[in-house]
Amino acid sequence: MIDQIMMVLVDGINYSAWLFLAAVGLTLIYGVMKIVNVAHGSFYALGAYVAASVMGAWVAYDLPPALSYVALFVSALVAGFIVGPLVERLILRYQYEKDEVVILLITYALFLVLEDVLKLIWGVDPYFIIEPYAYLGNFEIAGMSYPNYYLLMLGLAIAVGIVLTFVLKKTNFGRLLVSVIHDREISAAMGIDVSKIFVLTFGVGCALAGIAGAFTAPTTSVTPGMGVEVIVLSFAVVVTGGLGSLPGVALAAIIMGIVRAFCIHYIPQLELFVIFSVMALVLAFRPRGLFSLAEARKI
Amino acid sequence: MKFKLALVAGLLSGMAVTAVQAQADNSINVGIVTFLSGPAASPFGVPARNAAELLISEFNAGTAPAPYNNKGFGGSPLKMTLIDEAGNSTAVVTEFRNLVQRDKVDLIVGYISSGNCLAITPVAEELKTVTFLFDCGTPRIFEDGKKDFVFRAVNHATADSVGAARYLKAQKPTIKNFGGINQNYAWGQDSWNDFSAAMKVLYPSIQITTSQMPKLFAGQYSAEISALMASKSEVVHTSFWGGDMEAFILQSSPRGLYKNSDVVLVAGETAMFRLADRIPDGTIIGARGPYGVLAPDTPLNRWFQEKFTARYNVPPNYTAYQMANSLLAAKLGYEKAMAANGGKKPTSDQIAAATRGIEYEGFGGKHKFSLGNGHQAVSETAYGRAKKVDGKMTLVDVVRFPAEQVMPPNGVKSADWIAGGMKTK
Repeated sequence: MIDQIMMVLVDGINYSAWLFLAAVGLTLIYGVMKIVNVAHGSFYALGAYVAASVMGAWVAYDLPPALSYVALFVSALVAGFIVGPLVERLILRYQYEKDEVVILLITYALFLVLEDVLKLIWGVDPYFIIEPYAYLGNFEIAGMSYPNYYLLMLGLAIAVGIVLTFVLKKTNFGRLLVSVIHDREISAAMGIDVSKIFVLTFGVGCALAGIAGAFTAPTTSVTPGMGVEVIVLSFAVVVTGGLGSLPGVALAAIIMGIVRAFCIHYIPQLELFVIFSVMALVLAFRPRGLFSLAEARKI
Repeated sequence: MKFKLALVAGLLSGMAVTAVQAQADNSINVGIVTFLSGPAASPFGVPARNAAELLISEFNAGTAPAPYNNKGFGGSPLKMTLIDEAGNSTAVVTEFRNLVQRDKVDLIVGYISSGNCLAITPVAEELKTVTFLFDCGTPRIFEDGKKDFVFRAVNHATADSVGAARYLKAQKPTIKNFGGINQNYAWGQDSWNDFSAAMKVLYPSIQITTSQMPKLFAGQYSAEISALMASKSEVVHTSFWGGDMEAFILQSSPRGLYKNSDVVLVAGETAMFRLADRIPDGTIIGARGPYGVLAPDTPLNRWFQEKFTARYNVPPNYTAYQMANSLLAAKLGYEKAMAANGGKKPTSDQIAAATRGIEYEGFGGKHKFSLGNGHQAVSETAYGRAKKVDGKMTLVDVVRFPAEQVMPPNGVKSADWIAGGMKTK
């Protein structure tokens, strides 16, 4: 019985870490820019593909496996931080005055375009980069063998959460962000360069999606369409946590991960819709999510 | 004199153009529908398209082996109209109508998704377009009513599930329990239902430990693998395909799932070479029929293997075989109808009548259209176990099962046949 509970917890936390990594960039962008970025899944896939190419070269040149994790991180960061700001500067910045639904449709169009761009660059054949996943070995818990790579993913999720919280709460840039989150116009009137904040935020959000994709790539087959499922799940997590809320995303990911693991072990028939059931249940009682941001009443 | 020469040259060139046009008018437009984008493109759609391109060019050149060595179809050159199967069923049906009404195709070979096959079948019947379904597995196409224009030149999914259960029985006469992980949609559910029913027939006291049904394209299976390992299943069945199957192999192999369970990968052939170093020895692998590495060693098969590998630098996988076999059946049916029509272009009714019930030697051995009033072909199927020899993936302990052991008899529904004990006549 204890073993079974331990398994549910380990599986649940493992999935929660992945959910958090996949969704945190989406909530950051929404919080600051009020954009539901449907192209988030494409940046996740971009991170995975770039990681696959970098790791292919890494293995081919027989570079130290221990440093491959740094290569995964940096490659996804760079890819997200180049393509994301480019998209923002060339397309999105001309759309901010438009209705949120119109911007959502534009990011959907971007998603479709980027999916085809990925296919043009990397083709339709799958890529496998198992080396970082296999290199760390396994650990035993509850009589079950788990790859240590999942601990790395958990550590990465915690580190991302801590760094983002620190940046938002303790740095000057974070305070500027919080100001823009609360009121874009007043922030601009106070001399904050909102345009610069937007491009940086979009870059960070896209880089976070890329990092999630890069660190997922060693556990899966990197194929066209891999970003589609991520958009749906990330959106469910972000809405449940409260659009734009960092602690909300973390809590929603933990709840959904553990409830999902419980269902898989005890009631597998419910797995298909358990995440969306959690979302529906939360929204029924808290329509703005678990940690919705307070909005100043405007006169 | 110069004027006369110019006139003659002009007339001759005009006649040549007319001859070419006449030949072009005589061409047969074949619609090919397969996934060219999305997750099913790489493992299934693109190899199938490649097979279609290869076969059509070989047919047109008249260089395919006998009895398929007539140029084109009965001397008429083939033209291929290629359509992407990606999209929802409504879009797929619209594209089907476009192929028939706008592009004026003479016949269609296509469709991987069972949902798409079910969606386009009534439209093909309504438009009276001869259509060969080349990969989709659902048995319902010909079990839910008579069809006049729709054919399937390969086994349906029942053969995969029953074949897997029979292979286990041949290899392990005693099994106490089994579990499974399958995608939660028509293919995954049907595969699991057929497999578990067949296992209960072959092992009457067997227990099901767990049935995991994750969402299609979920990609993350850590918790499901834990549940399978905790269930201590002797056998784990999966009909996963494409990226989902590859992700499952990548995630389950390092955790040791294969040490305590016999894992059956029903569609494992598409990944067995590119994931050779990740599929443990002993894993049971299927190819949805006698295709790929499980194809019989015949001159026809050797020709196909060599031509395909030379052209695309990879050997053909089972979907390439299914597409190629469907084109062979289409060619035989068309040419038979043409001959019956005095060498003139046959109508759809004549092609359908000529194809009904034919037997053909394909790249995967003998196939016969014996079910569904002569519209559903049957063939043997085969399974084997993975074994790496000098670092190269091979299949050993291959067992072949004749068609009557894995497909129901004509007029009997698959579920009823399995529940009735899978009796062979």
